[in-house]
Amino acid sequence: MNSHLKRMSRFDLTCRLVEQLKHDEAVIGGIGNSNFDLWNAGPRPQNFYMLGSMGLAVPIALGVALAQPERRVFALEGDGSLLMQLGALATIANLKPRNLAIMVWDNAMYQITGAQPTASAGRADFVAIARGAGLEQSAWAADEEDFTALVARSLSEDGPWFVAAKIDGSAPKGQTPREPAIIKDRFTRAMAQKPGDGYGGL
Amino acid sequence: MPDNPNGQSSWHEPIIRALKENEVRLAVYVPDNVLRPLIGAVDADAYFTAFAAAREEEAVGIICGAAMAGLRGIVLMQTSGFATLANVIASLAVAAQIPALLMVSERGKLGDFQIAQAITARAMRPILQSLGVEHHTITRVDEAEFITGRTITQAYKTQAPAALILSPLLTRNLPGRQNPSASS
Repeated sequence: MNSHLKRMSRFDLTCRLVEQLKHDEAVIGGIGNSNFDLWNAGPRPQNFYMLGSMGLAVPIALGVALAQPERRVFALEGDGSLLMQLGALATIANLKPRNLAIMVWDNAMYQITGAQPTASAGRADFVAIARGAGLEQSAWAADEEDFTALVARSLSEDGPWFVAAKIDGSAPKGQTPREPAIIKDRFTRAMAQKPGDGYGGL
Repeated sequence: MPDNPNGQSSWHEPIIRALKENEVRLAVYVPDNVLRPLIGAVDADAYFTAFAAAREEEAVGIICGAAMAGLRGIVLMQTSGFATLANVIASLAVAAQIPALLMVSERGKLGDFQIAQAITARAMRPILQSLGVEHHTITRVDEAEFITGRTITQAYKTQAPAALILSPLLTRNLPGRQNPSASS
């Protein structure tokens, strides 16, 4: 299934996403490697690095999107995490937040716990699941250029967007500091600024 | 405070007032029959953004994101739904100091027919206690607005989650006791 899709680097794709963020967009990095590589791509106060609560990057991003319709919001989530909270896709499809984009890194394994296979190593297809939930603007990124173009569309056209990418098994270069209260405080302060003002306080 | 056509008190009205006074505009719920009047009220009132989430944990994630971005939210659920939440309360709301507001209709007490609700009802307060989450039980209509409002205020002032438990003494409509105006 989806065997034509290129397996890419999560870190490289995360950098490609962050490079395109020019208006203080919020990014919610899911538990483990998703937020580690978001940190490795360069700390931003508009990033929330989710250290626990596996599966909740997408719901948290929805909450931010509802609170601030004028700010674009991205959720970065792994395949194992997304499988924990598939119902959230149906919630989002019905609410249709125009400013929300979901990015799924699919390496078909629970990488951080010992590379046990997830359901996407078998028959599960996340873009088919998202479409079935009602998210019409859902696509696999075929390669890096395609991913970059899909991010650009999710920044310029109304969402909600769902983009999934097949990624390889490379480990993140480092880990986010385990400081949830500080992460939350920075994020909250950044969200209190107008998007586009270029708030960089860390 | 008008009674409804069955002569039962409108226990949800003071709660709605307290939510509005404290600018809680987002209400995410997983339905419960006991909560029906409250869910109906937030659904019908344009002040609120109100919708159902597929799961209680998802709802807590949504209101945590909203709270961090300046929109106050509350999750409405029943006791069995609360019992699914220990991890998200611990690892998101408590760890990151997010004022997540939880409102739980207390099932499994005082004549409930569901054995599953009865068991989770016994677990609910010990879970909140052991996580260090401030929680209060509302039993009377004439205390509902005060307890709800003060709990929200403290949650935001202290940047901590809080839970409000709606006792059957409140929601099951004891005539005379519930509604101050009914006894006058």
